[in-house]
Amino acid sequence: MQIFTCPFCGPRDEREFHFVAEQGKVRPDTTQSVSDADWAAYLHTQRNEKGRVREVWMHTTCDEVFVMERHSVSMEVLATTALRKEST
Amino acid sequence: MTSFRMPTGGLIDRTQPISFTFDGTAYQGFAGDTLASALLANGVRVMGRSFKYHRPRSVWGAWVDEPNAIMTVSLDGRDLPNCLATTTPLEDGMQARSVNAWPSAQFDIKGGLDLFHRWLAAGFYYKTFIWPDWHLFEPSIRRMAGLGAVSHDVLDGYMSDQIHDRCDVLVVGGGPAGLVAAVAAAQSGQQVVLVDDHPTLGGSGYQYDRIEDMDPQGWVAAQVQALTAAGGRLLRGTTAFGVYDHGLVGLAEAGPFGTAPRLWRMRADRIILASGALDRQITFANNDRPGVMSLFGAAEYLARYGVMAGRDIAVLSNHSFADRVTQRLTDAGARIVPVDPVTDTPRVIGVKTLKAIDTGTRTHPVDTVLVSGGVTPLVHLWRHAGGKLDWCDQRQAFVPGAAPKGMVAVGAANGTFDLEPALEEARGVGAAETTTRPSCSIKLTRLVPKLGTTARQWIDLQHDVTLKDIEMAARENYVSVEHLKRYTTLGMASDQGKTSNMAGLAAMAAVQDVALPEVGTTTFRPPFVPIPLETYHGRISGELRNPVKRLPLEARHRAADAALCEYGGWLRPGWYGSGDPKQHIQAEAKMARETAGILDGSPLGKIEVMGPDAEAFLNFVYYNTIRTMKPGQIRYGFMLTEGGIVYDDGVVSRVGQNRFIVSCSSSHVDGVRAHLEAWRQDGNDPDRIFVHDLTQHWATVTVTGPKARDLVGALGLEVDLSAAAFPHMTFREARFHGHTVRIARVSFSGDLCYEMSIRASQAERLWDAVVAAGQAVGAAPIGIEAMSILRAEKGYIIIGKDTDGETMPHDLGVSAPRDRKTAAYIGDRSLQSETAQEACRKTLVGLAVAEGDAPLVTGAHAITTGGSPRSVGYVTSSYFSPFLGHPVAMGLIEGGAARIGETIEVWHDGERRTATLCAPCFYDPDGGRLHAG
Repeated sequence: MQIFTCPFCGPRDEREFHFVAEQGKVRPDTTQSVSDADWAAYLHTQRNEKGRVREVWMHTTCDEVFVMERHSVSMEVLATTALRKEST
Repeated sequence: MTSFRMPTGGLIDRTQPISFTFDGTAYQGFAGDTLASALLANGVRVMGRSFKYHRPRSVWGAWVDEPNAIMTVSLDGRDLPNCLATTTPLEDGMQARSVNAWPSAQFDIKGGLDLFHRWLAAGFYYKTFIWPDWHLFEPSIRRMAGLGAVSHDVLDGYMSDQIHDRCDVLVVGGGPAGLVAAVAAAQSGQQVVLVDDHPTLGGSGYQYDRIEDMDPQGWVAAQVQALTAAGGRLLRGTTAFGVYDHGLVGLAEAGPFGTAPRLWRMRADRIILASGALDRQITFANNDRPGVMSLFGAAEYLARYGVMAGRDIAVLSNHSFADRVTQRLTDAGARIVPVDPVTDTPRVIGVKTLKAIDTGTRTHPVDTVLVSGGVTPLVHLWRHAGGKLDWCDQRQAFVPGAAPKGMVAVGAANGTFDLEPALEEARGVGAAETTTRPSCSIKLTRLVPKLGTTARQWIDLQHDVTLKDIEMAARENYVSVEHLKRYTTLGMASDQGKTSNMAGLAAMAAVQDVALPEVGTTTFRPPFVPIPLETYHGRISGELRNPVKRLPLEARHRAADAALCEYGGWLRPGWYGSGDPKQHIQAEAKMARETAGILDGSPLGKIEVMGPDAEAFLNFVYYNTIRTMKPGQIRYGFMLTEGGIVYDDGVVSRVGQNRFIVSCSSSHVDGVRAHLEAWRQDGNDPDRIFVHDLTQHWATVTVTGPKARDLVGALGLEVDLSAAAFPHMTFREARFHGHTVRIARVSFSGDLCYEMSIRASQAERLWDAVVAAGQAVGAAPIGIEAMSILRAEKGYIIIGKDTDGETMPHDLGVSAPRDRKTAAYIGDRSLQSETAQEACRKTLVGLAVAEGDAPLVTGAHAITTGGSPRSVGYVTSSYFSPFLGHPVAMGLIEGGAARIGETIEVWHDGERRTATLCAPCFYDPDGGRLHAG
């Protein structure tokens, strides 16, 4: 079992987390015309990289969504960053 | 029967005799024995029959590497199959039976199978039983092969505890190296846990006369004392069976016989692997005969249990470390005949009793043959963690190479086979010093298996794989080590090839005439030893794994004799009253149409969405337009996935300009909350939207039926309930005994209906008042089953029941937002795809049956007529309507909405019926009763 670090709660068991999406995917502006190919790519195409990956995860016990950078082969967690902007 | 027990020596307690039986014969051992050591002490050699050929087999090793001595053991009415005799501590009254042998291991009636070995080589069943069908032969082959049978009785209390723990340093292995490493680590101030799979610490230490000028027992005791004094913890009888992601080590701690091992999920900053080493098998003719044993296994039997493996012993070894063991056996009174496996071609003579060894030039009459073809470090955990292995020519073994993060190997596991250098190395590593592998004094001659002989030379004792099988696999081009393994099943038995893998690799290297490291190794996977599934499972099952959500009104429902069942994660009344459920459900549904029904609707989602961007957010999240809603209004809508599939349905109430309540389906609340949170935080400004799930904080009492207005009016809520003042799809706030009650005019039944929500602490008070008021109008509580009938009469859907993973909103007849909504919303673009536009999509329809016919079966398929019928949809909901007096049903049928009036065939379980497609609304189609003006 892996240990993920929620930016808000600290290190927790992987079972408390839920994968949301690969980071960096932008939803096409659907009020404008979007081609089938672009929409299909948004829906279905994943980078699924080998090595360092950036993903959006949710810590289901606190409901916070954050970016996790990890290594998809070694499973090492390299960094977790809050999506929330810094409070001022 | 002669005793092989020494008068003194070993860790056994000779003052505590223990009685046990094996295959029905009574024997005696001592406290501290294992089943195997006690049997050997009694001169019992044949302990089982081999997996495939039913050859008589005895023990090879003295611990977890044992491939042969597998037994079914009973004690105090508890029956455990596949116990390893070498690791099962002997207890008084144990009854052990050999497996794969009948009536006994000594006289197995299938022993004759061995004569047919020529036709039973590797892959024989792939080649032999192809025609006409493997499945014809499979049952009888499975009966012939295999190990112990699982008892049909459930073992009471066979349940594993599971513990999560951590430490600075985890030392795996309680032999000399592990002990000093643990002591050094603890004394340097680190939190240390030492695990060892033996009940008694010390590992192979008892094979030495002296350790650091002390007798081994005294030395081990001193280390244990030093470790505990420095705060270290000890887990005896505990196997580290696997290393998993992020340094998690699985530990299985054995309990008393017949109990499930306790699981420790241990996380350590540093793991010191001191798991020791094993003997390597040597392949020679008949090397599987009872009496052929591991040399170091024999040393363990002598050192720990005071048992001599034999009296006239041939020792086959190719290395210098064998001398120490040979000397101890000689000192204990054995006569030793050295045989050189490199130059000689040995062959064992004797079947159940070993008679002699033929070296090719002469025959030595011996009763035992001890074998050591080298020393193999136990690197399983090293490989689990991703550590690399290096081939060492001097040791003729794979030794730990590039280390995985946080792991270091010491002692024999690291190839440091000499005692003193191992202790020095382990002390350094324990104290976190950087060390390099010490040199090793072993002198070893390379052994090459002798190919092409007619005699069978065994490689995998547990799966009956011989050198010939390896040669054949190579001939048939299964040369990759992973192919070889799967084709011959080499190393795939429950011992996971602890003795056979190296011998198999050496054989393949010889066949291909390459160096052993070029063959490579197969993947080492957890668990290191077989672990009962219960250990992974533990107590987390049923309600502990998936707790039900409970209603604030549960006590009231129980008092009213409700049948409480799980619906979408909630424990809620299905119906009220004992006896035939169907009668109660039908009566409740009828009453709700005639007077009124009172339903506990508390599980209904109540997720508040607030903030300046709440309106735009919900407008995006919902298929339907939310922006145009006025405060006080309620709107029914769908949430879609980005794929355009209906994910949830429910109503949204606009409480104020910046405040909404999302009443999603009862079973979807957690999912919808996560869905809203993910979109809120990833794609929106989370400081301008707040999502707050209050489902559990509010109880909801629903009153539905023509008498609902009278009933609610009697509660004294001081709200004008007239249709003009309080129309359908609006809500009002009122006070009930000083507490806010939110009354929503929404309906899941199709009748006049009020949903009253109040804080959970006041639920019983409101419920009692409603039930009391209900008596005056002939209304009473109804369960969710009756409500399911009411909503089906009206054609109201349940997501996931009347929809599936392909259903889009227009398939349910709701296409206005798709055609008119201009703002972006989740799933919008998917509704414009080619698939979404197809005419043959499955759409929701009603299904009517002929007068007097029984209801259709839910799940029955609509089929095409003609030669080879094909499914064109299925029945999603079907009930008998007590109010209407006939069945009602809905279904998802291809092109259904355009085929209203057509009659289709419906197939279920071999029976064909007909149904007529109609609009999915059987009750009050013009809405007069719903609006109840």
